[in-house]
Amino acid sequence: MYKYFSINKLFSITSKAPKYVLFILIIVLSVGLTEALYLSPEDYKQGHSVRIMYVHVPSAWISLGIFSIIALLSVGSFIFKNKNFSIISKSLAPSGFIFNIIALVTGSIWGKPTWGTWWAWDARITSMLILALFYGMYLLAWRVFEDKEQVIKITSIIAILGVINVPIIKFSVDWWNTLHQTASVNVLSNTSIHTSMLIPLGIMTAAFVLFSLLIFLMKYNTELIKIKNKGLDRL
Amino acid sequence: MINEIISMNGYGSYVWSAFSFTLLSFTSLYFLTKSQLIKEQSRFVSKFGSLTKEKARVAKSQNINKEILSNTYKV
Repeated sequence: MYKYFSINKLFSITSKAPKYVLFILIIVLSVGLTEALYLSPEDYKQGHSVRIMYVHVPSAWISLGIFSIIALLSVGSFIFKNKNFSIISKSLAPSGFIFNIIALVTGSIWGKPTWGTWWAWDARITSMLILALFYGMYLLAWRVFEDKEQVIKITSIIAILGVINVPIIKFSVDWWNTLHQTASVNVLSNTSIHTSMLIPLGIMTAAFVLFSLLIFLMKYNTELIKIKNKGLDRL
Repeated sequence: MINEIISMNGYGSYVWSAFSFTLLSFTSLYFLTKSQLIKEQSRFVSKFGSLTKEKARVAKSQNINKEILSNTYKV
């Protein structure tokens, strides 16, 4: 397993990949934006405001997904003592945080025409805000603590504690009476969203995944070069 | 038709501001990450240049160092 996570092997891939990912991202995002802003139909109830879904929903999905991966890698770094897990986690966090902020802001913008308010302290929105705070603490810890061992422990604890909030976010709309609607896209049961809206949503999700991959690759390369810079100092 | 796309039956300001905020966040994070990468690459190149011949030979024996040098400013 370790050979797949060796820094030399990963760097040879991650250093070349960003330009290809950027190229594919531009194409997929252009198609996604055309679908989301022009080709997809308006909703019979929400009108054109439904188009905000194409940026709000993928952002929320990806921010939750990235935090879950960070928590999983944090458990992995405790068990396997592999420092590369913490470098991967650190590199994933900025895009996860940005997607969390995008989900909150676009949700707030969507809330005004549909609920008549920019903000409501309901379970889904509040739990997403708590996730943003965990992301903030995680990123801040990497900046504040100097000692390598200490920072890996602290950030792992933050990620493991924060992941408890992920199922709360997911099921908050079922457990409590919230302003936020229940899930329209389900993997295990029937999806209540029409194909004409599901296709642009899928394309935008793919574009957002590509963007987080691009940021991850660039950030990961930066972290590896930082380590190598310290290595040159020790020569 | 253009007016229809912009106004979106009165929802235009909400839709366009949500999409603009998303794209602005994307470009800001992209350029911030890229500038951090370029800064670290330049630091690596200048440190590498200040090494003695012997130390540079040792450093170049590591594949990853060669990769960093060959990929500098190509992102």
